[in-house]
Amino acid sequence: MSVPVVQAQGLSLTFQTNDGPVHALSDVSLDINKGDFVSFIGPSGCGKTTFLRVVADLEAPTGGTVTVNGLSPQEARLNRAYGYVFQAAGLYPWRTIGGNIRLPLEIMGYSKAEREARVTRTLELVDLQGFEKKFPWQLSGGMQQRASIARALAFDADILLMDEPFGALDEIVRDHLNEQLLSLWAKTGKTIAFVTHSIPEAVFLSTKIVVMSPRPGRVTDVIDSPLPADRSLEIRDTPEFLDIAHRVREGLRAGHSYD
Amino acid sequence: MRNVVPVLTVLAIIVGVWWAAVAPMNMRAALDVAERAGDTVVPEGSVQRRDISVLTLMANNAQHIASGYSLKRPRLPTPTQVGAELWKTTGAMVMRGRAFSKRSLIYHGWITLQSTLWGFLLGTTLGILGAVAIVYSRVANMSLMPWAVISQTIPIVALAPMIIVLSNQLGIQERIVPKAIIAAYLCYFPVLVSMVKGLRSPAASELDLLKTYSAGGLQSFFKLRLPASVPFLFTSLKVGIAAALVGTIVGELPTGAISGLGARILIGDQFGTPLAIWAALFAAAILAGVLVTLLDVVQRITLFKMGFRS
Repeated sequence: MSVPVVQAQGLSLTFQTNDGPVHALSDVSLDINKGDFVSFIGPSGCGKTTFLRVVADLEAPTGGTVTVNGLSPQEARLNRAYGYVFQAAGLYPWRTIGGNIRLPLEIMGYSKAEREARVTRTLELVDLQGFEKKFPWQLSGGMQQRASIARALAFDADILLMDEPFGALDEIVRDHLNEQLLSLWAKTGKTIAFVTHSIPEAVFLSTKIVVMSPRPGRVTDVIDSPLPADRSLEIRDTPEFLDIAHRVREGLRAGHSYD
Repeated sequence: MRNVVPVLTVLAIIVGVWWAAVAPMNMRAALDVAERAGDTVVPEGSVQRRDISVLTLMANNAQHIASGYSLKRPRLPTPTQVGAELWKTTGAMVMRGRAFSKRSLIYHGWITLQSTLWGFLLGTTLGILGAVAIVYSRVANMSLMPWAVISQTIPIVALAPMIIVLSNQLGIQERIVPKAIIAAYLCYFPVLVSMVKGLRSPAASELDLLKTYSAGGLQSFFKLRLPASVPFLFTSLKVGIAAALVGTIVGELPTGAISGLGARILIGDQFGTPLAIWAALFAAAILAGVLVTLLDVVQRITLFKMGFRS
């Protein structure tokens, strides 16, 4: 048994605001193993995004420990251990799609030939061949988000942190991208941490579902999915799928206090 | 073509109002001229007419209204008079091969343009550097910004003679230097304010993205902040170049300058040749229009090439 890719122990994060302290994360302990597809689901304010940001060293925890590849989040970030996909595609409007994917490669000092090869390869991976010279505004929202995934895949990070990447897209586009993401995951063998508030999306994609609840943000249930790794959209009508979805819903309900 | 009609309508209204204003503005002068020429004027004597309203004078001397449109030294010249004077001091001089004679507005415009461009260059550079300092340093933000704001509350007409005298004291003989400094003084501020806004325009998530790449400060400046600020820069450059032109002209007004559009305006005032003033004013306006239009074209081309959707 190898060391988990992400290991959190009693992780807490409290923001000091003018209205008093906000407990974004409270005593979160969690392992993410290599090759896992872990979804974080819960209502707004449950700390799922905060957890991802702590792993990415974009926030500092106020209590507990977390390691990424056995290192501190900061060391992992400096080692370029992960690619981060934000909710908004966030492509630079003055760069073409190819130019946007080239951005991390330029910053990390890849050679020109290497950059070109990687741009071509990642564009193929997200099915955007032929769009290299287009500007972001010439692409649909779903295509822009795919380009931003390509940007996170362009360098050799083993971990992909995705913060509600499909949250702003319509359901048809989202289904399509979910399928593509699964095949991409199968092809690349990356470890993926995925934040969402859609139950079907979480169940369909994940090998492990982390259900969280707000005030304070904590983990209420961790479900290891029995679904096979190789799945298609039809799996959503099977009893196994509906069972897990039911358990997620129960977890969400249990964690949610209607006060 | 849809825009032509409204544009021409506005132009026609402006010219129409101007034309109509010529009659009352020049009525007293027209009556003075007519009286001197021996015509009957009601009432006689300019002192007697002083307390009578212009409209009454016009009603009583309707036959003299027309002569207000062809005075040699009108209080308000007609558009055609200004146009003719402009042509006489520009196009006609070129036709005679004397484009750069001291009587030509092209010569004076060229003198003004040089200071304007140097001032623009200096002001823009200072504005951009100041903005970078303000965005990257809290200390600069707190110490520089208030002075930048205060600097713009001092009337430039009060400051201009001091700058000219001071640069003379320092042994700078060229007139262009103090003029460019005054131009830069007016020009740097809009560039500074816009660039501060532009350099701060990237969203938190865009900066976070660069942090996930462990990008350095220089990388995030050149790859994110600077390109993101380009649309802001161009908007301010257009304001800045117009301000630089105004600054240069103000710098040409005091202390006996003899070259430049500002000097022409002052000399026209001193020698009582209103046509020369108006021609110089229009030359300045046309120059400003050309400069702003040129920057607009550069802006469109640059932003299009950069992929910004206009």
